[in-house]
Amino acid sequence: MAKILLKNGRVIDPAARLDKVADVLVENGRIKSVAEHIEADGAEVIDVSGKVVTPGLIDMHVHLREPGQEAKEDIESGTMAAAAGGYTTVATMPNTKPVIDTAALVRSVEKRIEEAARVHVRVIGAVTKGQQGKELAELGDMVEAGAVAFSDDGHFDSTAKVLLNAYDYLHTYDKVIINHEEETSLVEDGVMNEGHASAMLGMKGRPTVAEDIAVARDILLAEYAGARVHIAHISSGKSVQLVREAKARGVRVTAEATPQHMTMTDEMVNLYDSSTKVNPPLRSQQDVDAVVAGLIDGTIDMIVTDHSPHAQEEKDQEYLFAPSGFPGLETAVGVLLTDLVDTGKLPLPLMIEKMTYAPARIFDLGEGVGTLSAGAPADITVIDTEKEWVVDAHDFYTKGSHSPFVGRTLKGKPVLTMVDGRIVMRDGVVD
Amino acid sequence: MEKNNVSMRGKNILALKDFSPEEIDLVLNTAKEMKNIIHRDIKKLPTLRGKSIVTLFYEPSTRTRTSFELAGKYLGADVVNITSGTSSIVKGESLRDTLYTVAAMGVDAIVMRHKAEGAAEYASHVVSPVIINAGDGAHAHPSQGLLNLFTIKENKGHLEGLKVAILGDVLHSRVARSDIYGMRAMGMEVHIAGPKTLLPRFLCEEPGIVVHERIEEAIADADVIEVLRIQLERMKGGLFPTTREYARIFGLNEERLALAKDDVLVLHPGPMNKGWEISPFVSYGDNSAIQEEVQNGVAVRMALYTLTLMGGRA
Repeated sequence: MAKILLKNGRVIDPAARLDKVADVLVENGRIKSVAEHIEADGAEVIDVSGKVVTPGLIDMHVHLREPGQEAKEDIESGTMAAAAGGYTTVATMPNTKPVIDTAALVRSVEKRIEEAARVHVRVIGAVTKGQQGKELAELGDMVEAGAVAFSDDGHFDSTAKVLLNAYDYLHTYDKVIINHEEETSLVEDGVMNEGHASAMLGMKGRPTVAEDIAVARDILLAEYAGARVHIAHISSGKSVQLVREAKARGVRVTAEATPQHMTMTDEMVNLYDSSTKVNPPLRSQQDVDAVVAGLIDGTIDMIVTDHSPHAQEEKDQEYLFAPSGFPGLETAVGVLLTDLVDTGKLPLPLMIEKMTYAPARIFDLGEGVGTLSAGAPADITVIDTEKEWVVDAHDFYTKGSHSPFVGRTLKGKPVLTMVDGRIVMRDGVVD
Repeated sequence: MEKNNVSMRGKNILALKDFSPEEIDLVLNTAKEMKNIIHRDIKKLPTLRGKSIVTLFYEPSTRTRTSFELAGKYLGADVVNITSGTSSIVKGESLRDTLYTVAAMGVDAIVMRHKAEGAAEYASHVVSPVIINAGDGAHAHPSQGLLNLFTIKENKGHLEGLKVAILGDVLHSRVARSDIYGMRAMGMEVHIAGPKTLLPRFLCEEPGIVVHERIEEAIADADVIEVLRIQLERMKGGLFPTTREYARIFGLNEERLALAKDDVLVLHPGPMNKGWEISPFVSYGDNSAIQEEVQNGVAVRMALYTLTLMGGRA
């Protein structure tokens, strides 16, 4: 593998607290050095002046839909979307068909990743058999097969007792459980946030309190067990406060938030277009502001997309019948830069930390991952923060076409993605 | 109806939220002319001759579907009815494909009822015929809202300043959501009341309406009372203890009716759960306009067809 020299970019490496114009030299799939004015004989020189060079982006909450739901997405299309969006590592959720709840299934997905993936993929295993919330899945076996974390994402079915058992059992392996927090009895018919908008549209609501009591329960159980818990796609302001308070008293809780829950509200729901349908739902402006504040003050550790593509014909239905979720890998950077960084709410280096070093550290993704340290795998993203573009589903690599960001003009786009020293995306083209 | 320059030709009738007061006036004035036709011995006008209308009903209905059908027929249109139980819908055809199929046959208007909120609006984005929403889930039922306004105006002579009490199952009611927009647009004072479990939690944030938990407060000095149907078929239980208790605490009976103005007008969109949300004495009493509403419904729907398909010119 040849040498590549990225010249004159604004290099942001949160782990090293680095933010300056410099060169990055990659050799044999690893970071060789980051310094000013590097000369390297025989290296392919790529001028990235005016652009931002960061550790490869990491998304710990992605649905690649394999096995069993390839009409929605597969490992190839999903990781092409990841590469297009500047991601070099994604973690795939286990709510597939069948549910990834055994070591054999983890290994079979890893086999498919070897064959088809364009970026690194880590496998998240189910906490309970079939994600039914009743019996523990073979967690130890899955850890040994390479599962990076565990989640019954999409469900909140475990009783307190089952979750407590899972916490205790996984303590041995120091693996994190990622919890989807919506108390089932309060959301079973709901299709959007319960608020003024749902009241006037006549839609059944999914109230914030459903999330809040779930977050409270799972934090208290983790505190009791001394376990680690990660709160998935936090969306309620009160839940953010619960995490903040738990962190203050030393609970081993971490949390993630999505671009949509930091930029969109339930007032944006159009009943004729299911693109905004997602769980947890788009909330009020007050909640959006609280989530952004939580991200900035450190309550929320990382940004994820919850990339949840569905087949065209599934989303192209009555709002009530369409499945929840939409693709996010190819729009996240543009949305975050446009709505949070450009507006002065979120400093760019902090955004990068939440998408690189923070997830790598919390999920222990390996030596050097999420950094530009010498010797680290050469997973690098180059972002043109000035590039204006219009989101068009026809340009997506994901099979999902219904995104609430379609039609928006965004400022900022990844223009190069490098995985282990290999360029997998350049100027928006994944090869 | 020539006095304001509003045209509704080609307008999709999706929700009263999309109606200006001028458009509502236009519908009510046109409906008044149409009502005369219903009283004729031979009720057939050539206004819509050569126009075709499909009623596409995914939910059961007696009065609304028949009303839309007769309204079209009185005006000379060809009307075809499709109900979900007897069409390709049972074979799993998507709404988009059903709409394409209907539109491809050259229809001018599709009257649609569907359990999913937004289904009619979706249809308006999929095909080009005029879409008339005959009820989409708990969202909207604009022709019902208009016929309520028509009935009130016929009886009271005006709308502005009247106090209306809307009672009962607001949570599941597309009628209430149509009334709120329509009545507020026409300057009525809208009061809403029912058990708290049947009132959407954040309804009180909507400007221009007053929400009560005791129906007596809403009824006091009301000019109009509309009792909504308790939609048991949309409930999973637990929203109120028993129908007996509901009737006792929230039902409209003669005693509670007496709290309103003497000439209060009582409306109900039907079908009624008689004996609990409304007592028979009230529903058949002197103040009731419930049967009148049914006739007015035909007139209002004739007006909607004429205005959207012909631009209002007979």
